Amino acid sequence: MDINEVPQEGNRTMGGHKRAMYARDKDGRIVIVASAGGEVDETVTLQALEFIREHTEAARSRVEAGISSPLEYWMYAQRLDLPQLSQVTGFWQWRIRRHFKPQRFAKLSTDILQRYADVMGITVEQIKTLP
Amino acid sequence: MNMRVESFQHRHAAHCESGVASSMLSHHGAHISEAMAFGLSGAMAFAYLPFVKFAGFPLIAFRMPPKAILKGMVKPFKMRFHFETFRDQAKGMQRLDELLAQGHIVGIQTSAFWLPYFPADMRFHFNAHNLIVYGKEGNDYLISDPVAEDPQRCDAENLRKARFATGLMAPKGLLYYPEEIGQKQVTPEAVLRAIKKTVRVMLGPVPIVGVRGIRMLANKVGKLDTADKLSLNYVGHIVRMQEEIGTGGAGFRFLYAAFLQEAAEITGREELKVLAEKLNVIGDGWREFALKAVRMIKGREAFDPKLLAQMLHKQADDEKVFFQALKKAIA
Repeated sequence: MDINEVPQEGNRTMGGHKRAMYARDKDGRIVIVASAGGEVDETVTLQALEFIREHTEAARSRVEAGISSPLEYWMYAQRLDLPQLSQVTGFWQWRIRRHFKPQRFAKLSTDILQRYADVMGITVEQIKTLP
Repeated sequence: MNMRVESFQHRHAAHCESGVASSMLSHHGAHISEAMAFGLSGAMAFAYLPFVKFAGFPLIAFRMPPKAILKGMVKPFKMRFHFETFRDQAKGMQRLDELLAQGHIVGIQTSAFWLPYFPADMRFHFNAHNLIVYGKEGNDYLISDPVAEDPQRCDAENLRKARFATGLMAPKGLLYYPEEIGQKQVTPEAVLRAIKKTVRVMLGPVPIVGVRGIRMLANKVGKLDTADKLSLNYVGHIVRMQEEIGTGGAGFRFLYAAFLQEAAEITGREELKVLAEKLNVIGDGWREFALKAVRMIKGREAFDPKLLAQMLHKQADDEKVFFQALKKAIA
């Protein structure tokens, strides 16, 4: 890749940041170049975010229909999935799945809710409802 | 409490770990570029790990696992590298302050999710991010994050959360700094040894690693079902691993090419310059693959898994020829 081929069209997921890339200058030396990003990287990040968003919205509908607890919604909203939530909390996946049941969720102690809230970076009050 | 290591210079880098290694060693008098840190630790690789899930998809790594670069610095620079983790979060923060007060710059491992200066769209739960803390002003730590163009700041509370994030590859408050650097110049022997290591990994017998790993991925892509909506996400995931996750483009191939140019100077082997150029062309091949994949994701072109698989097989062919030539060049 030559310097003039380094993507500079911009990538809205980068929030104005630039990333370092390596490309060939006119003397053939490979040097570091700040890139504003481009369509290729933007597309795949947006695709990954959209993937998460779809899960989040599906969870929201389930919570509204009374078949799941807000915990499931927040899990996806805070960019986790079940295996990851299990890893960061140390709870078994089957246990977390049980906490997705609204009746069980309603009975959870503040300690457990706090643990979920902590790893997600939200408050116990937030986790009890949909935003 | 205000302190700052004045002599420290922030540098922008493609990848966090090689960036930290190069800034940290350069600060201590062993002036090396990011590409040299990357190449010298033999960090370039390829691995397709179907059993490790990353965001629901198999992990596709274009480099060696986390900490390989830092640890790879020990031998070539005859370093004593101090690594420390903490059970007690308060102690971990206190130790960081102590080291700063003593005038150290301190490397730490963090999660990306908790760093407030990260763009919102990039804040994923990824625990193997690395950065350097070079001072503190009031409640803010002064941060040299290699993947950011300029120095950043992070408040104590968020930095604590980032350092003590739990989950896969949990940092456990890890901090590190060199205690001694016995060798400040890069030797030709160290360079050749590192290249040999990379050649061995890339041409090795393990079916999911190196050139064979690329073929395995190609076969997997060739079998993707065009009717399954997740197939395009899978393709996007490959491109994301290759272009997005701090690679300097083309899954670190351009970065390694930069290393080979430096390696040619140090070892006096002109052939390595020619090979750097060849790797550059291979990097362009990876970018073409990414471009094609994105056109399919965007629906500008029909989704054709066979074609993508073909492109990946071509990459495997080219890399095989390349690494065999590299093996000869250092023999």
